[in-house]
Amino acid sequence: MQPSEQPAIPDAQAAAIGIDQSAGDFSYDIKYDYDAGNGLTENTVRYISAVKKEAPWILDFRLNALKTFLAKPLPTHWATRDLENIDFEKIRYYLAQGQKPKRTWDEVPEDIKKTFERLGIPEQERKYLAGVEAQFDSEAAYSNVKEIVAKQGVIFMNSTEALREHPEIFRKWFGKVIPTSDNKFSALNSAVFSGGSFIYVPPGVKVAQPLQAYFRINAENFGQFERTLIICDEGSEVTYMEGCTAPKFSTATLHSAVVELVALKGAKIQYITVQNWASNVYNLVTKRGLAQEDAEIKWIDCNIGSRLTMKYPGVVLKGRRARGEVISIALANDGQHQDTGAKMIHAADETTSTIVSKSISVGQGRATYRGQVYIPKHLKGCKNNTECDALLINTNSRTDTYPAITVRGDKHATQHEASVSKVSEEMIFYMQQRGLTEAQAMSLAVNGFINDLANQFPMEYSVELKRLIELEMEGSVG
Amino acid sequence: MTTHPQTNTAAAPAWWQETRAAAWERYSTTPLPARDDERWRFSDVAAIDLDGYDLSGAGGQPMDGGNVAALSPFTKTKYAASLTFVNNRLAHRAPLPGDLATKGVIFCPLDEAIEKYPQHIQAYLQKHDVALGSEKFTALNTALTTSGALLYVPKGITIATPLLLKHIAAGDATSVYPHTLVILEDNARATLVEYFASAEPEARHFASGVNDLHAGPGAHLTYIGAQTWSTNTLAFQTNSIVAQRDARILSLNVHLGGRLARHESHSRLQGPGAHSEMLALTVATGAQKFDQRTLQTHQAPNTSSNLLYKNALLDTAKTIFSGLIVVDPDAQKTDAYQSNRNLMLSDDAESNSLPGLEIQANDVRCTHGATSARIPAEQEFYLQSRGIDPESAHELLVAGFFEEVLAKLENEEIQTALRAMIEGKFKK
Repeated sequence: MQPSEQPAIPDAQAAAIGIDQSAGDFSYDIKYDYDAGNGLTENTVRYISAVKKEAPWILDFRLNALKTFLAKPLPTHWATRDLENIDFEKIRYYLAQGQKPKRTWDEVPEDIKKTFERLGIPEQERKYLAGVEAQFDSEAAYSNVKEIVAKQGVIFMNSTEALREHPEIFRKWFGKVIPTSDNKFSALNSAVFSGGSFIYVPPGVKVAQPLQAYFRINAENFGQFERTLIICDEGSEVTYMEGCTAPKFSTATLHSAVVELVALKGAKIQYITVQNWASNVYNLVTKRGLAQEDAEIKWIDCNIGSRLTMKYPGVVLKGRRARGEVISIALANDGQHQDTGAKMIHAADETTSTIVSKSISVGQGRATYRGQVYIPKHLKGCKNNTECDALLINTNSRTDTYPAITVRGDKHATQHEASVSKVSEEMIFYMQQRGLTEAQAMSLAVNGFINDLANQFPMEYSVELKRLIELEMEGSVG
Repeated sequence: MTTHPQTNTAAAPAWWQETRAAAWERYSTTPLPARDDERWRFSDVAAIDLDGYDLSGAGGQPMDGGNVAALSPFTKTKYAASLTFVNNRLAHRAPLPGDLATKGVIFCPLDEAIEKYPQHIQAYLQKHDVALGSEKFTALNTALTTSGALLYVPKGITIATPLLLKHIAAGDATSVYPHTLVILEDNARATLVEYFASAEPEARHFASGVNDLHAGPGAHLTYIGAQTWSTNTLAFQTNSIVAQRDARILSLNVHLGGRLARHESHSRLQGPGAHSEMLALTVATGAQKFDQRTLQTHQAPNTSSNLLYKNALLDTAKTIFSGLIVVDPDAQKTDAYQSNRNLMLSDDAESNSLPGLEIQANDVRCTHGATSARIPAEQEFYLQSRGIDPESAHELLVAGFFEEVLAKLENEEIQTALRAMIEGKFKK
């Protein structure tokens, strides 16, 4: 591919795919299919790759992924038909580098502003979280963090940088835990990914403070297709947090990330997500970890916002005595469907896994647990324990549970328990006796329901999470 | 087969011929299950090959009564009446005692019921599709069944002694289509035992059975189905259970035979106070595959259901349990439970559990559980240290594992007969 002076993408098409032509001051000497029309085309993929100055193998990877994406059907034979409402033609797949969001604080919807306020989020952060402005101060903070961990040999940067600077480590694991063809949305991500984090922790290094993402990815603020890869080398440890409890005011309708974790021998990774997308967002994310011998991967996954979330963090327990854990909290309010769960693929002897899932359905919200536990033949001493509890608040709330457990052989133990119930009337009555309103009592009961899980979050997250649940519960009773 | 194999021989009323023709049409136009059908995802779909079976239901020679009786493990149990079908033909009949007949109880072959009691057949037969995946096979059953039976118990009548139905497949490549219709009117009570077996332990048989069980307000029905099909049988069985206000239905299915045996059971709780107890015991050995699909649909407030499916897996056997509790939006105060327990007795056996919940009412108590584990090593060691060989130990442990389910039956004779059947599987 040779750059030339020819305009690469006609303006109409560039506008349609959300590309600011002026941002990419280069073009290619190749023929484009000008009739491809709106939506995602090979041109879009080539453009993204070019803007990022990617190596040819990455472009090939993207182009293959695009083919897979186009060939794969939507999984509506088992998932909700709401997926069919996604208009892939209208989605903006990439906002070129350098283009800042053209938004003002006034455009942020009232309810989101109120939520920011109630959560006690500082003015500066609010604007950043709403996507009104980039947070240059936090860029500085990020640099500090980066410096501290860099002294330990930790690599922590965004995926685009990492692909350029550390291709040798990146390529080894990239797409290995989650193959492009895993599902339609992992294929989509593989074609158009942008942003996301890359972390490499050298052998034996224990990163003291959790690494955070959201104040960092300002270079590509609108990476709705971020790609995260975390590799913990032998005996190392890291905790990574992404997202935030505040709502994300987003004009995009599709968020489709791919997150791959690799825990080598004896390593420990803890990955914390709190998702609170705006209620028009389809949040279709693929997250999976690979745990080698004696390694441990723990997903703490909390889903509060979005219109539809489909996310089932998984662990492939590849080495002996590897451990996997998923802790999941979902709150589905009116108009929301939280289709979440976990996957545990046991692939070595004496591997153990735990899944704890709690969901709350409010109003006409729908919470779904979908799980997979798989213990194939000729393994010994594998164990899984799964607990799912669903709480239904209103008469029209809905919950579903669909686990699938496959066990081969007589040397394992699996156990799955699920329950669905409502908040006990006695409990509400008791609290009302003590002077609480019904809504306050309900909110307290719901916080009690998730308390043991929320306590596993870092403290400030745990506090915000509880406040957020209080907010969500307001007006849901009476 | 493109035309209905029995069209020319049937001497049934026109409405029944029409019903059968429509069912045949459904059968012919419905494709065989494929793996991309979510309801068959965990099944061994490739094992469903209908080639080589005589699907007309016409095959085989009738057997004499003595040989048939010897095939049943229920010989020592007292029955109020019994009907035995061999290769879809009535081979033996022990009629109802006079007092029950005069009270209006009906227990007769389906052919007879179609002639004499069309109102019951028209009102209840196949009114509720089980809809769990085997629509093709239930259609085939309706199109071809001649080995069906009707049990009708009028209001307030209790039949103290169980009734017995036997279905035997004999000869090679034969197919059978048992169809059982049970109607209990208000506050009636009855127990029905149904036994399915192959005359030869290794013959190739195809069985497609359907049960329609209706319990009217306040009625109590106990239904026990036990099968020891040959190890080469393809068996499909669907149960449709409807319980009205304050009705109680206990259904127990014991699965021992078959190469691939799929059982679908759907309980509909339609009136307040209705209860369905759904039980199953399976001993899976050799390369057997058992696929069990259940639905507990709560359609009215204050209904309850309890499901307990226990599987013992040996050799390279495979089981699938896929169950769903569905609570409709207005079915408040539902109390539903669902449990699948797998006892793994071999390193090559595979169990699949998919216990599901779909809850649309909020004031409910719905729970489910699934476990899959081996016998605790201490128990195994204990038995071995007492000189019990591993195979006998397995048998004892399975017997103990199953006792929780058998204890739910009130009839000791039936319990004994079922225990003997289960033991028999280990003797083979």
